[in-house]
This record gives sequence, structure tokens and C-alpha cells, in this order.
Amino acid sequence: MGNISDEKVCELQQKANEIRKSIIESLTEAKSGHTAGSLGLADIFTYLYFYGMKHDPQRPFWEKRDMLVLSNGHTCPGLYAAMAHAGYFGVEELQTLRKLGSRLQGHPHRGTLPGIETTSGPLGSGISQAIGMALAMRIDSGKTTPRFVYCIVGDGELDEGQNWEALMMAAKYRLQNLILIVDRNNIQIDGYTEDVMPLNDLPEKFESFNWHVQEIDGHNFEMIDDSIGQAKSVFDKPSVIIANTIPGKGIEDFERRPEWHGKSPNPKEAEKALKELRTLGGKITCDQLN
Amino acid sequence: MINKTAKLNPNIFEPNSPVKANRDGFGDGVVEAGKDDPRIVVLTADLSESTRANKFAEAFPNRFFEVGIAEQNLASVASGLAAMGKIPFATSYAMFSPGRNWEQIRTTICYNNQPVKIIGSHAGLLTGPDGGTHQALEDLALTRVLPNMVVLCPCDYEEAKKATVACISNNKPTYIRLCREKTAQITTVDTPFKIGKAVKVFESENSNGGKSSALDVGIISTGILLHKVLKVASELEENGTRVEVLNIHTIKPIDEEAIVDLAKRSGAIVTVEEHQIIGGLGSAVSEVLAKNNPIPMEFVGVKDQYGQSGEGEELLTEYGLDENGILEAVKKVLGRKN
Repeated sequence: MGNISDEKVCELQQKANEIRKSIIESLTEAKSGHTAGSLGLADIFTYLYFYGMKHDPQRPFWEKRDMLVLSNGHTCPGLYAAMAHAGYFGVEELQTLRKLGSRLQGHPHRGTLPGIETTSGPLGSGISQAIGMALAMRIDSGKTTPRFVYCIVGDGELDEGQNWEALMMAAKYRLQNLILIVDRNNIQIDGYTEDVMPLNDLPEKFESFNWHVQEIDGHNFEMIDDSIGQAKSVFDKPSVIIANTIPGKGIEDFERRPEWHGKSPNPKEAEKALKELRTLGGKITCDQLN
Repeated sequence: MINKTAKLNPNIFEPNSPVKANRDGFGDGVVEAGKDDPRIVVLTADLSESTRANKFAEAFPNRFFEVGIAEQNLASVASGLAAMGKIPFATSYAMFSPGRNWEQIRTTICYNNQPVKIIGSHAGLLTGPDGGTHQALEDLALTRVLPNMVVLCPCDYEEAKKATVACISNNKPTYIRLCREKTAQITTVDTPFKIGKAVKVFESENSNGGKSSALDVGIISTGILLHKVLKVASELEENGTRVEVLNIHTIKPIDEEAIVDLAKRSGAIVTVEEHQIIGGLGSAVSEVLAKNNPIPMEFVGVKDQYGQSGEGEELLTEYGLDENGILEAVKKVLGRKN
């Protein structure tokens, strides 16, 4: 817990940068898709696939793997990029995103691409599915199962009532092997979350549902690592990590702007973005970077 | 006469023959199957007694999950359990599941192709006094339209029990439609049951039982109305009408071969169901016949209306789903034939 090395953090920062480049390239080629959320979650995807999650790209159906449910399926360009860089498939396949016959569907589809644990896109059903997985692990291995279920949910997505049905149930069954990450980026399609449908004090809401709550900077690998470590050590409760993220993170023109929720960059915008990622604009502080 | 190979209840028409609810067939079937198969888990949305899921809950408390009044969660939690190799039975009223949670069933169960079994009890007009809000008359349409989904509509206790056990090994999302009321026991443990295979339950004496024999009319039924259909068929036979009856317990995949064969030999078909005509058995049969062998058809079912409060039998009469309604439909189709 919280003992991630500086070298590892540096390596993850570089990897996240590669993943952001792939996100921009694949979305530009696709000519549609969700840019802001994909970039915003790039660090969390990187952490899970390159450090935090127990998985094996060579054995996507490995029976001891942790599970990841991406409830906000529209951020899948980030998921696909992380999976490709981790070795689930070739990075070049990212260029097929959203095209006819591609394994990289516009929203993830289970069965098409090994490693995708469930179909998502229609919002609000991910936590429920993660609960089912966590319950099954408990049936198979008891309460202290070594396997964990990670579920990523968008903040705007929490407008959907089904989430709150699920939050009650996870607490009822004391699912300590369930770790929920809320992508708290404050935007949704129609604007800022607090204007569209105020979520108000999210940590307090989760606490009142009897969840273990942590709030972190979702771009800080030390904090991500520390919070996951703490979540794993919680006894008798499900855990939520409210990860404050910047939508469009990494590209100044895209950051914090709701209009980038659901569109892809045109070639000119992409060129500028990729240049920014190449030069990093001083955003990555690690001095080991070339 | 009743087709002997169907091995139906010999006392089928006796007025005091005992009745049984097909939801109990599910409840008993899932407990029986659960003894041998640890993959089976059961969930309910605050309706464990009504759906008879309570029988499983008592037998296997560690494999039973109460999700509260939350059908959307019910469907997706079941999907998650199935993703880990479990075979979940998700139980509620048909009105709420697949009624309220259709999109969750579509995306997280059917598009995922997870072998979740949706148990929809209290379907149809026989739900009675609870009224139109609770009488699911659209559930077959809602489930039939979903790719990967298997749709079963048992006619009685034994058939529901067999459907429950049979769907465990089909590795497919499956919907089983059940009824609240105790109804006639039509089939027996010996009646053949195979998913996707229609059962010929009545054949006319005049037809000599042969496949090539000519018929006046064929009746295709699903669910608990089969008992009334068999009564009507006996009456028709007595009056010299050559009739054959198919019990379609599997709405999807539907037994095209049996339907086309019956249509070819009869030249006129009546479908009977306790469901909207739009989208249900009648629609499924007409899709088959329009493509393969178009002939006059009549539909007994609910005619684009909602239900209302009343006793079950009263409602069947009110909506034209009683023996008289079936007979009228037969007369009508025979008239169109000539």
C-alpha cells in the first residue's frame, strides 16, 4: 500500500503518455468517439493494466484474474489503447476503432474482443454486473477471495437510478472485493454535472450508503496506488474511490470542456494534440523522460 | 382425440381434477436441479414467495440473493454472476422483468450472451384482480425480439418444471413465462419436452394419425389456454371437424417444421395465447407461414388492449380468450377457407 517506487511512477507516466497518443490517433482515424473521458481516464487505465490489476494478456480468460467492468463504455478508446499496449492485441489494430468488422466496437462488446469482460455503453448497469461477479467469487472462494472486481463508472452516469439500487446491494452483501472508481470529471453530454443534475456531496452520498470512501487526484499515480491498496484492505464493506479527473487531460485545448465529451479530433486538431503529447509541455515532471 | 404419444393427463377433462400453478413447477424444478448443479443461483426482487424462489432460498441460502425492489439491478447482477460461470435464475413478475428492465436484459444479458434465466411470473390476464398494471400481456413480444434469447411459455406445472430443468443446459439467455393461478394439469412427467420442439397434443380421429392426412383446421396454442383449446378440439371433433392441435411451449426458436406441416395439411390455422396478438405467438406463427405457406389464419389473443381487474376466468371471457372465443375463431377461419 502506497509503496509504489518513483521509477514505477515514472514508467507509468510515460506509458500513460503513449496511451494518450494512441487514443488521439485512433479517435482521429475513427472520425467519431469520446475524447474527453478517454483521455481523462488514461492514467487509471494505465495503472490498472500496468501495475494494479492481476491479469495476463496472454491468457485473457485466466481464472484467477481480477475483473474490470467499464460501466461508462464510451471511454473505451482509453481501455482499448491500454489493452493494446499491455499486449492483448497489436497496437496497429487500434486504427480499426469503430469500423465495420472491427473487434474494437464503438462501445465495448463482450465476445468480440478477448479481455472485454462485459458489454457496456447504455449507462448505469456496470456496478450491478460487478456485484454479480464479486458475489460469484465469494461463492467460489469465500469472503476473503484473493480476486477483486474493479468497476469504473462516470460521474454523470450516476444520474441513472440503477446505480443506487446497486450501491445499496453491494453494501448489504458487504462486498469487500468490489472496488468502484468514479471518474469525477464534472462533465456530461449536456454540460457540467452540477448544472445538468447536481450530484452535490458525492463522498457523503456514498458514506450514507455504507461504502468505504476515498477521494483522490485521478492523475496522481501515488494516490491511485495508495487508494487501491487501502480499498483492498477494507474489511466488510465495498470501496469507492472518487477520482477527480480532468476531462481531456493532457491536451490543453480539450481539457475541462464539455464539448469534447462526444467528439473526436479532426486531423489538424490531432496533429496539434500529438505534438503537445510528444513535447509534454512540462506536464510530466519525471526527469528520466527523454 | 388426444394424441396418445403426448402422454397427457388421462383425467384432463374431469371437472374435479386437481389444479396446480406452473410457478410451482419452476420452484420445484430449480430446487431439484440445484441439488446436482452448484452453478445454479437464484435471485429475486422482493418476490421470493410469489415466484416460488423461496423454495430455493430455503434449500440453498448461500446461492440465493435478494436484491430488493430493483429489477434493473436484478438483471445486471444476474449477468455478472453468469460472467463468472454461474447459471442465474432471476425471478420477478413478468410486468417488471422483462417489463421494466428490458434494456438491461438486452445489453447485459442477451448482447453479452450470458445464460441468465429470466423467470416472469404473474403473466397474462389470469393475474386477475390486481388489474391491468400487473397483467403482463407484452412479455413474449419483448423477449422474442431479442437476439440470443430463448423464449419458453409452459402450459402447466409439469411443463414449467421441465422447461426450468431443460434451459439449464442450453447455455443461452432464456425467458420463462409463468402464471399466478392454479391451472389444469395437462401434461404428465412422461409427456415429451424438448426446447424448440412443438408437441402434437390432439389429432382428429378421421385423420388416421398419418402425416399426409387431410385436416379442416389446425390450432396452435401456447401456455395455460391449451386446456381450453383441447376442450374446443374435442367438441369440434364430435361435430365432424377434423382438427389437430400443437402445443408450442417454445416461442423462440419456434418449431417451423411442425407449423408448416400442420398448415399444409389443414389449410387453416388458429393461434391461441394469453398475450397481445401483436408480437406474440400469433405473430411468430404468421411470420413462419407468410414465408413458407400462406393460408388463412385467425388469432385468439388480446386485441391491442390493457387488462383490468376481475377474476381470471371472467377476464378470459371478457377479452374473448375463452372456449367460445376459440370456437368463433375456428368458425371464422373455416369460413375464409372456402
